[in-house]
Order: sequence, then C-alpha cells, then structure tokens
Amino acid sequence: MNTSSVALDKPAETPRAKAGSGDIAVCNAAVRSTAVRRTRFYAFGLLPVAAWGLLGAITLFWPDKPSGFAEEWPCTREFGAGALTLAAFWLLLAITASFSSLPRVIERINAGFRHFAPWLIVLPLFLALWEILTAKTGALAPPFFAPPSSLIEAYRDDYARLADSAWNSIKLLLEGILWGALTGFTIGVAIGWSQRINYWLHPFLRFLGPLPPTALLPIAFFFFPSSHSASVFLIALATGFPVAILSWSGIASVNKAYYDVARTLGASERFLIFRVAIPAALPQVFVGLFMGLGGSFVVLIVAEMMGVKSGLGWYLEWAKGYADYVKMYAALILMTFLFSGLISLLFAVRDRMLVWQKGIVKW
Amino acid sequence: MVKANTLRADSPSTFPQEDAEKAPFHGTSGIVLDQVCHAFDAPASRLDVLRDVSLAIAPGEFVALLGPSGCGKSTLLRLVAGLERASAGTITQDGAPIDHPDPSRIVVFQDPTLFPWRTVWQNVALGLEARGVLKQEKARVDEALCKVGLESFAHVYPHQLSGGMAQRAALARALINQPQLLILDEPLGKLDSLTRMEMQGEILSLWQKNGFSVLLVTHDVEEALFLAQRIVIFSPRPASILAQIPIDRPYPRHRGDPILANLRHEVLNRLGLGESW
Ligand SMILES: Nc1ncnc2c1ncn2[C@@H]1O[C@H](COP(=O)(O)OP(=O)(O)O)[C@@H](O)[C@H]1O
Ligand SMILES: [Mg+2]
Repeated sequence: MNTSSVALDKPAETPRAKAGSGDIAVCNAAVRSTAVRRTRFYAFGLLPVAAWGLLGAITLFWPDKPSGFAEEWPCTREFGAGALTLAAFWLLLAITASFSSLPRVIERINAGFRHFAPWLIVLPLFLALWEILTAKTGALAPPFFAPPSSLIEAYRDDYARLADSAWNSIKLLLEGILWGALTGFTIGVAIGWSQRINYWLHPFLRFLGPLPPTALLPIAFFFFPSSHSASVFLIALATGFPVAILSWSGIASVNKAYYDVARTLGASERFLIFRVAIPAALPQVFVGLFMGLGGSFVVLIVAEMMGVKSGLGWYLEWAKGYADYVKMYAALILMTFLFSGLISLLFAVRDRMLVWQKGIVKW
Repeated sequence: MVKANTLRADSPSTFPQEDAEKAPFHGTSGIVLDQVCHAFDAPASRLDVLRDVSLAIAPGEFVALLGPSGCGKSTLLRLVAGLERASAGTITQDGAPIDHPDPSRIVVFQDPTLFPWRTVWQNVALGLEARGVLKQEKARVDEALCKVGLESFAHVYPHQLSGGMAQRAALARALINQPQLLILDEPLGKLDSLTRMEMQGEILSLWQKNGFSVLLVTHDVEEALFLAQRIVIFSPRPASILAQIPIDRPYPRHRGDPILANLRHEVLNRLGLGESW
C-alpha cells in the first residue's frame, strides 16, 4: 500500500544503475537551452516497450485459429493496436525518464514509470501467453476460455448492462456497509465501555456472531419486505460483527494510564470515551472494518445471485444462463477492480486518520 | 520566561521549611494524610500496602518519598491524586476530603503517557480541553510549551520526541493546569543520567517560579537530596513512615555539598543500606 507512494517520492535507483553500460548519448541544443539535463539514458525503460510491442505483433500478425462459427475472434485488431499504442507511450516515457530537472508533474510520472516498469514487462508477456494459448493455438478451447482481446468486445457490447449492474452493486454494498459499520462500532464501543451493556449484548455476539450471514439468506428474504432490505441487513451483519468485536477489543485494551492521566486533568466520562478510548481503539476498529469489508463482498454476491434482480452477482448468473463465459470474465474483472478499489479507499482513509501511527508501526 | 501573573495568587513567596518533628495536623491548608491504610483485594488474601501513614505537605513544600521497591509509594500517590480511595484513614486538601481526581493535583508518571494520537501541542492542551476552556485560553498552551523549552516541537507526535523531551511535555501538560500539588512518580527514572540532572534543575526552577507543592517519589537518593526540603522514608510493604529527614539547605544546591553527603549517609542508613556506603 505504502511502498508505491514512497517510491514515487524517491525514484528507485536500481533500474538506473542497470542502465549504466547501455548508455546512449542523446544530447542536443534544445535540451541544454532549457536547463533540462540529461542524466543517463533509461535503457531498462525499453523493455516494457519491447514487451508491449511483442504482444501487439503476436496479436496482429499471428492469425487466429478458426474455432466454432467464427474465422477470427472479435476485437483482435483493436487489442493489437492498443498494445502497440501503449508500447509507443512507454517509449515516450522511457525517453523523458532519461532527463532530470523536468516539471514536477512529469518527474512524478517518470518516477511512477520507473517503479512499475518491471510489472509493465511481465503483464504483456502474460497477456501474450494467454492470447497464444486461446486465440492463436486453441490449446485452451472455447467456450470456457477466451482470449484477452475478446474481453474488449464484452465491455464494448454490454457496457450499459455492466455499468448498471456495477452501480447497483455499489449502492447495495455501501448502504449495507454503512449501517453495519455504524452499528458494529457503536455496539463494540458500548460493550467495551459499559459492564452492563456487555452483560446483555455479549451473548448475542458470542452465539450469533460466528453464524455465516449467508446462512440466514433464505430466512431474511422471507422476513424482509424486499430482497433489497434483506440484503442490506445481511451485508450490515457481515460488516458489523467484526467491527463490533474489534472495536470492543480495541476499547478494552486501552492503556489504563491514559484514563488516569485524563481523569486527573479533569476529564468527564464523555471525554474519556470520545477523546481517549475511541482514538486509542481506532487502529483496531480499522482492522475490523477491513475484515468486515471482505465479509460484505461475499454476502453481496451471494445475495445478488440468489434473489436480488440486479448487480454484478446477478450479471454472473445471467451470463451463465447464456453460457457466455467471456461476459462472466468481464464481470469478474470489473468486480476485482470494484472490491480492491473499496479496500484501497479504506486504507486511504485509515492512513489519513492514523497518521500518528507512522513511525510507530510498520504498515 | 514566566510572567509574575502566572504565579498562583495564593502561593507563598517563600517556601516554608516544614519541621519534621512538627505534628502533621497543625492546620487545614495543604495536603494532610491522617492514619491512611490501604489494602488490595487479591484473589487469595488481602494485600496490605499502606499502614497508618500520617503526613502533611504544606503549600509550596517539596517533599520526597523514598522506600524499597514495591512498598506502596505509587499507591500512596494514587490515593493523594484521588484516583483511588483509601481503605481507611482520611486524606484532605485544604481541609476538604479528597475523593476524586482534580486538576489541582496532577500526577506525572514514570512513563510520560502522552497520547500518541495527539501532537505535543494537543497533549499539553488536554487539561484545558477536558474542562472546555481551550478556546479562550489557547495562549496558555504555547506558554506552557515555552516553559519547558518545547515550543519548536509543538506539532510533532510524541513518538518523535526523545525520552527527556517527552517527560518535559508531560510536565507542561501538568503545569498548564496551575496545580497546587504536583505529584511526581519516579518521573526521571527512565532517563539517562545527564538528561536526569538537567531535568532535575528544570523541575526545581519550575517549582520555585510557580509555587506549587511537590510530592516526589524517587529511587535516587541524590535526586531527593538535591531537590527536596524533606525526605520521607518508608518501610517495606506494608509501607509505614520510618523517618522524616528535613534537608535544610538553601537552593541552588551543589551536588558535592559535604552536608548533603552526610545526609545521604543518614538516609541510606534508614533504608538499611548503611554498610554499602
Ligand atoms: N491495582 C492493584 N491491585 C493489586 N495489587 C496492587 C495494585 N497496585 C499495586 N499493587 C501492589 O501493591 C504493592 C505496592 O505497589 P506500588 O505502590 O506500585 O509500589 P512502589 O512503592 O514500588 O511504587 C505491590 O506489591 C503491588 O504489587
Ligand atoms: Mg512505583
């Protein structure tokens, strides 16, 4: 999470060092006059260019193996052209990355390019292998396997339905997470703070907590007025349980000396809860949120597959009905971006709220 | 550095030299402990920690407590702070019983216990914030930071401070409340010896300028002799007072003072460590 931002601030030195022997003299008057200095040619930056070029060439010039009812997979040409365009773009970055004293924005882009260069080599090689095994040789046969190029078609032809499904998933998910996180946090703090509340609520957490919320799905669909409200409830349950448990343990493990200090300074009970206990417990609360998020994704997809008539889970079932595996892959990839995006968002919020932890713990 | 108006109105301009022989119950001002006993309810049996401790601390007086480790000194401090109630006996401040913590009696522990999620400034502001007067009295936070020389570290987080600086921040957090009594529980115990000597000087000058009383627990006999007007020596647990030794030497004191060296011998004797000297 954090390594990338560190690397952006401070360009990695290794690729530069590797470039040492392949030093190419690029120097002209224009460069000198703007006080932009050439350092060393970033030769390592040529490898992503070559890799993406190779991917484009294979896609475009190696004919598809005819399969089923089509001579050629759809969007092969677009995919190849896209790969070549990216190769050209990486070439541009490799050249600018060879100069220093550029504007800050470009410096940052360069640093990013240097950081991701190894991935930009591995990724196209993987895609090329995938393309060869599916479209070019047919080693992995349709309909279960499809070349990466065909995904473009799935997104192009069905973007409206996909976007709508993704949007519905996000709405349902966020509604459930919000309720779950708020109630879980409140309950966790309450049982961490008050013996009496602990006495009454602890058994519920103990016995109902370990029950997988998905097991309640059929019943919830029956009891709630709509499949939407039932899903919100179950997603909230999946999020709320770990949040409650970890908020509770966070509050319970606060150093007692903090309370002593605050009490001698004249703190009220309210101050002890909101200014001492909760801030001290917050790192644990975020662990709970992280776990809760994972649980909520499971419930979301299962609920959408079983009853909710929209969303990415529903889309998967729908595509399965047509045996359209390409669309399923497309939906899965979208899901991956959606869920990892939410996790990244959570981390970003945590990094902001827990800046004080920097230097105490290693993230 | 400290303006005259920051001195407590009721603080005496000279520091009374408490006579050790004097009965502790001569008046109602200051802190008075009367036959205080304390025990913890251990699972198996009661753990007696304090036995019949009677002690008076006059306003503005600097008293050091010495005693074997685990004898009950910290417990005594917690009772005086009002963090716990004594099992028996009474503790009063200016005649009123102490039954809850109050900003007029602030404890500084061996660990600075700064809140790691707050900057140094926010930590020092804690007392004002807790009592809801921070908005009006913001300037006092900067003033308190100046007193301990941390003004340039106002906006860093505690983990970025050295041990000495953290303890200075804890002192500032205590002093901003203008306490009548500063309770110090081995405040310098974890610092290296050079920092400790430096901080001893600072505690002394803060005490002289601000006129509060100090109740200091230390395991360092030299520290007690260098700082305190009176040393109270406790027995092993359950702690009771073995002796009270007045240190009738003017400030600033010198660590090599031969009279202090003699007193040191006496203190060590009382602690049962006379032979090692
Ligand atoms: N909250 C507590 N519950 C039970 N026993 C305690 C508690 N606090 C301290 N004690 C015991 O009381 C004795 C005195 O402790 P303390 O006052 O911390 O000694 P010290 O003189 O070293 O500061 C020790 O034996 C300690 O184990
Ligand atoms: Mg102690």
